Amino acid sequence: MTAEPRAAADRRTFIPLDPSLAPPGTRAFRDAGGIPADRWHADQNGETLVPTHCCFCGVQCGMYLRVDRGGKVFGVEPRNHDINRMRLCPKGINAYQQVNHPDRLTAPLMRRSRDEEFREVSWDEALDFTVAEVKRIQQAYGNDAFGLLGGASLFSEKTYLVGKFARVALKSRHVDYNGRLCMVSAAGANKLAFGIDRAGNPFSDILLTDCLLIAGSNVGECFPVMTQYVWGARDRGASLIVVDPRETAIARTADIHVALKPGTDSAFFTSVLNVVIAEGLTDENFLAAHATGWEEVKAKAAEYPPSRAARICGIPAEQIVQVARTFARAPKAMAWHARGIEHHSQGVENCLSVISLCAATGHIGKPGAGYGTITGQGNGQGGREHGQKSDLLPGGRSITNPEHRRQICEIWGIEESELPPAGTSMMEMVWQMQRREIRGLIGICNNPFVSLPNYRVVKEGYDATEFHAQFDFFLSETAANAHVVFPVTTWAEDEGVMANAEARVVKHNKAQDPPPGVRTDTWVMCELARRLGAGDKFDFSGSRAVFDELRTASAGTVNDYYGITYERLEETGGIAWPCPSTDHPGTPRLFEDGSTYHPDGKIHLQVVEWHPPMDPYDDEHPMSLTTGRTVAHFLSGNQTRRLGALVEQTPRPWAEIHPSHGFRNGEPVRIVTRRGSEVFPALVTEAIRPDTVFVPYHWPVPTAANALTIDALDPRSKIPEYKVCACRIEHADRIDEVPAPPVAPGHVAYPETQVSRTDPLPPTSPQGRGTSERS
Amino acid sequence: MMGRTIFIDPGRCIGCQACVSACRECDSHRGTSMIHLDYTDEGHSVASLPTVCMHCEDPVAPCAEVCPADAILVTADGVVQQADTTRCIGCANCVNACPFGVPKIDLGAKLQLKCNLCYDRTAYGLAPMCATVCPTGALFYGTVEELQAERPGVQVADTFVFGETEVRTGVAMVVPAEKVRWPVPGGLPVVEINGKDVRR
Ligand code: SF4
Ligand code: SF4
Repeated sequence: MTAEPRAAADRRTFIPLDPSLAPPGTRAFRDAGGIPADRWHADQNGETLVPTHCCFCGVQCGMYLRVDRGGKVFGVEPRNHDINRMRLCPKGINAYQQVNHPDRLTAPLMRRSRDEEFREVSWDEALDFTVAEVKRIQQAYGNDAFGLLGGASLFSEKTYLVGKFARVALKSRHVDYNGRLCMVSAAGANKLAFGIDRAGNPFSDILLTDCLLIAGSNVGECFPVMTQYVWGARDRGASLIVVDPRETAIARTADIHVALKPGTDSAFFTSVLNVVIAEGLTDENFLAAHATGWEEVKAKAAEYPPSRAARICGIPAEQIVQVARTFARAPKAMAWHARGIEHHSQGVENCLSVISLCAATGHIGKPGAGYGTITGQGNGQGGREHGQKSDLLPGGRSITNPEHRRQICEIWGIEESELPPAGTSMMEMVWQMQRREIRGLIGICNNPFVSLPNYRVVKEGYDATEFHAQFDFFLSETAANAHVVFPVTTWAEDEGVMANAEARVVKHNKAQDPPPGVRTDTWVMCELARRLGAGDKFDFSGSRAVFDELRTASAGTVNDYYGITYERLEETGGIAWPCPSTDHPGTPRLFEDGSTYHPDGKIHLQVVEWHPPMDPYDDEHPMSLTTGRTVAHFLSGNQTRRLGALVEQTPRPWAEIHPSHGFRNGEPVRIVTRRGSEVFPALVTEAIRPDTVFVPYHWPVPTAANALTIDALDPRSKIPEYKVCACRIEHADRIDEVPAPPVAPGHVAYPETQVSRTDPLPPTSPQGRGTSERS
Repeated sequence: MMGRTIFIDPGRCIGCQACVSACRECDSHRGTSMIHLDYTDEGHSVASLPTVCMHCEDPVAPCAEVCPADAILVTADGVVQQADTTRCIGCANCVNACPFGVPKIDLGAKLQLKCNLCYDRTAYGLAPMCATVCPTGALFYGTVEELQAERPGVQVADTFVFGETEVRTGVAMVVPAEKVRWPVPGGLPVVEINGKDVRR
């Protein structure tokens, strides 16, 4: 090929290192020869690589944390894990910087009223005050006047404890979690259709498909490492269909990019089904053998011819036909969706319409054919499986099912009469706080001041509470409203499991001891329970003990974790549930025998009727505001807004606007909705529909997208309608800057052994320099 | 083209800047990234592509050619190293000479900085940090055969024309198969695809 050996000898040359000279024990040596799977191993400099996973999104990339001689995390090294094969996104690369961030909370903060300043107090004082307030509020107003809000970035062990703590220690029905803001619409739809709440296929199936449909998912920015599977499918010649109002990085290269109007997804998918039926592309044998409700769904689809859907969705009718043919004719096709179709007052319907399309074309339960939802939070999947959702008990059991209640009460050692009924969802709890029905609250691992819609209502709700405690490792916007803040561990300071978007359970390992003064969430919950008089039910030494109870509590359910142990996870790199016994390999792909998790083994297809979004358009508010993420930041930004490299990459939010509105790039524009107005710099681009404006939501007021969004909920999943509300855009004078939290430098200091090396070149043999003379 | 080298595939880039962050983590630069991301058609498309050192082979590294202090060394396997700190005088000649706009000058330290293909990793058979983490494979490290095994039919170019001058590089660019005669990003006509001269 490129031929001519270069005349290197007469140039400045530099003798390369001989790989065989890498000293045994160094990182380079170990990596070059393949690191023994998941083994802790210190090299000559005392550096240890601890195998773990990223703390952020639902891909759950494997990574090593670099730990120095002093036992402190100081860097990251890519890890050849099955999920990500060395890949990481910028959040994953910079995640380690939060572990020893100067902004970490290291002592409990307390104040008796919101007028006072926080002061650092002892753990005893903070715990005693909290317990006294819980007792005071519950004695005065009843047990349900105290609520608990958890989070889906917690390990599954901790989410199990959140559910148990609320019901057994607080004896309150009011517990929910921020996964309610994430993928509960997909969960609800999957449960209705399949009787199981998870994606049907592993990521690796994407590589086998012939047609990939991605709906409402900005894969490139929100789940960047999943992109390698998408491009891998493209390499094999798979066609790509992207349904998104914006031309995202994935949409840019799609065969068909359907830029529909926000909030019209189910009309679109039902119309695609209409064409599939009209063109005789349905798989009638599959439907007859494996589905119920098909006749009703078929009749409804007849009401959505492409001409009608094209008007609703604001797209050409031909695109609908094109999508139907491409998806249905593919030998194997797959649909993956995310918040873009789930964050709606009809989120469950949107997901059901995608499921109907997959089932009607027989694209279910085969390698390369199926459906999946991509979880936003690291443990978005596992976070709801074990009982922190208001209507669920561990193992995905229903809190309203007498048999399920009996089973759990037996494990928890309480009477069935003591187990509270179902509570309300996260947003509804905030409304109850506003109405003073809930007067006390503990928040663990969430930041609703940025992440819930309609900020004004959220602020009023929290301000109305008589007592508010928050567990966090940084002082989030929500923690700043609390009476007590408990400083807790990061993901690198404890062990535990998370389930990623494939329902693959992976184990995170402890890389360093928590800073002095910091405790694990598990310890804090158990200690509070003890002081509330439920100590005997919370006698856990740590995550492993909780996990063992969780395994037992899930045994025999659809969400069966019984066969998953820490040891097996370390050996295998992850096991997909259900996994009923310790010799069971797990279940990466569902429905391979055509049977679902309903008692009749069928897919229960559901009729879907499209309705307009909850915030109506009028002359004052003619446009759609839609919100989402950017690649550098995660959820409410409490973590990523403090990391130098990520702040540098995306320092502030913006409003993405089509050029037809006549704004200049960078010009301040005011976005006005019925909830309020805020000013952002305009990002003028043709990559968005003219009737739509996009704002990323990771920032607090005064540039918070969620000061503008509507707190309308899906009636079934209770997910807020983040992805569409009516708005208008106006010229503005200036942008109010967000008061930025302290930012850590772009990188963390190297351990001593390496700092002493002043030459930026790698260590070389003396000859290396000797031959650098010019001839 | 070197044996194992970086291949840049702009069609895959999602603009995530994982490469930029990863480069900052590399032991040989400690906190400074040597990659930058270009947005080729801002306002119209989200298309982006990373710029890394192309490790020019023929003529050997214009940056090294013009260095009055002989600070830029080229390894026998074709890697153009960043300036030797003991020699670099921070004159910025290399910055002006590079046809791809790669070297940077740290004015405070009077020191040139550029991508050295993660020599601390590649010398031991590891991929450079950027190509290791790139979530999409827009940056791929390996041989052209390894690339083609993973991406059937992929075509690459490693020769660029600047007026009368041709530069053959160590790092190669993936070009769309059906568009082999189109300019590669940057407006430069492709003269060679997978080692074959396509100008005829
Ligand atoms: S945020 Fe998601 S894609 Fe990025 S490194 Fe973490 S797990 Fe991987
Ligand atoms: S990491 Fe890869 S996909 Fe991301 S910006 Fe860099 S080259 Fe592009």
